[in-house]
Amino acid sequence: MLTVNNLTFSYGKKPLFENLSLEIPEGSICGLLGLNGAGKSTLLYLMSGLLFPRDGEVLFNDVDVAKRLPSTLGNMFIVPEEFELPSMTLANYMKINAPFYPKFDSEKLRRCLEAFDMKIMDVNLQTLSMGQKKKAFLSFALATNVDLLIMDEPTNGLDIPSKSQFRKAVAQSMTDSQTILISTHQIRDIESMLDHLIMLDQSEVLLDCRVADVTDKLTFANYPMSQTPTDALFTQPSALGCQAVTVRNDDEESGEINVEMLFNAALAHRDKIRSLFAKK
Amino acid sequence: MEFKDNKPIYMQIASRICDEILTQTYKVDERIPSVREYAANLEVNTNTVVRSFDYLQTNGIIYNKRGMGFYVAEEASKIIMDIRKTAFVNDVLPEVFAEMKILGISIDEVVQLWNK
Repeated sequence: MLTVNNLTFSYGKKPLFENLSLEIPEGSICGLLGLNGAGKSTLLYLMSGLLFPRDGEVLFNDVDVAKRLPSTLGNMFIVPEEFELPSMTLANYMKINAPFYPKFDSEKLRRCLEAFDMKIMDVNLQTLSMGQKKKAFLSFALATNVDLLIMDEPTNGLDIPSKSQFRKAVAQSMTDSQTILISTHQIRDIESMLDHLIMLDQSEVLLDCRVADVTDKLTFANYPMSQTPTDALFTQPSALGCQAVTVRNDDEESGEINVEMLFNAALAHRDKIRSLFAKK
Repeated sequence: MEFKDNKPIYMQIASRICDEILTQTYKVDERIPSVREYAANLEVNTNTVVRSFDYLQTNGIIYNKRGMGFYVAEEASKIIMDIRKTAFVNDVLPEVFAEMKILGISIDEVVQLWNK
């Protein structure tokens, strides 16, 4: 689906990525995590042909995205963290932009807007608030039906009910052949949606695995103070005593993931996490 | 005391569907909502719901009619009860007994309390 091969990129002299490789599996909702400045957004722009690598390539359905072929660009969509919308109604915006996306589904746009509780088809987009603009653009993005949908901080600026509406809209509109890549710090907003995780750290891929692999290998649990595990990869205080990430014993049942704790555990024990999730 | 509520989402969804079968929300040979409907309703990934359905199908609780969806199996309620009884004996009882030991509660005391 999407393959990054030995990617090298830099804004100035110091390279941001050197020989970065990873693969986004088809049909998954993939979370891209990393500290501020880790290169998440840059990677997303490289994946969508908005930036060109110094070396290496990004292949989308076996075609180099840097070629910016219409067949490639018509089948992927990126929702950046910040964007401007033109001064026109959404209806007009759709009339002008939908033809670039052969699989565009206007019925889906209507359903997504409805999921967000928005009746704005005939409102000038520039009169909308930041959150409303985001919801309008996200709805358009979902309606394009492209194979690869990239979203950078999609829940930023959304009000409280909209976060749940966003999850509903994605779950409802996603098709089997579609892959969604979401970069975010608001991990709790989308945790339940993810089935794949990629973590960038110090310009490298620290973690690239399925959520199921994480719950197979690690346990996230609460313990009373007296029973704090001594071999925990990461602990934090909780109402009960402490919350800890431990390597799962084979006799333990696999449980629920806590991405925030995983992230902290990975930063605290990089090598351990790397070897645990190393690809065979 | 805290019972383990740390099950993976797909198992939580599977138990939810089991509850709905036990309470007759879905009756034998009735169609249950589709993967997509559940995913949207519970705001989770469709692949997660697919795993829940796989689990239920493997255990004979639901069956698939090609192109039509998933239906409640005839033996569903009995199978669910069997699975839950096993889980009760293996997971819940040991925790109860451990807590009883700490608090010094005898089994006779429990029986007495229960009969009240």
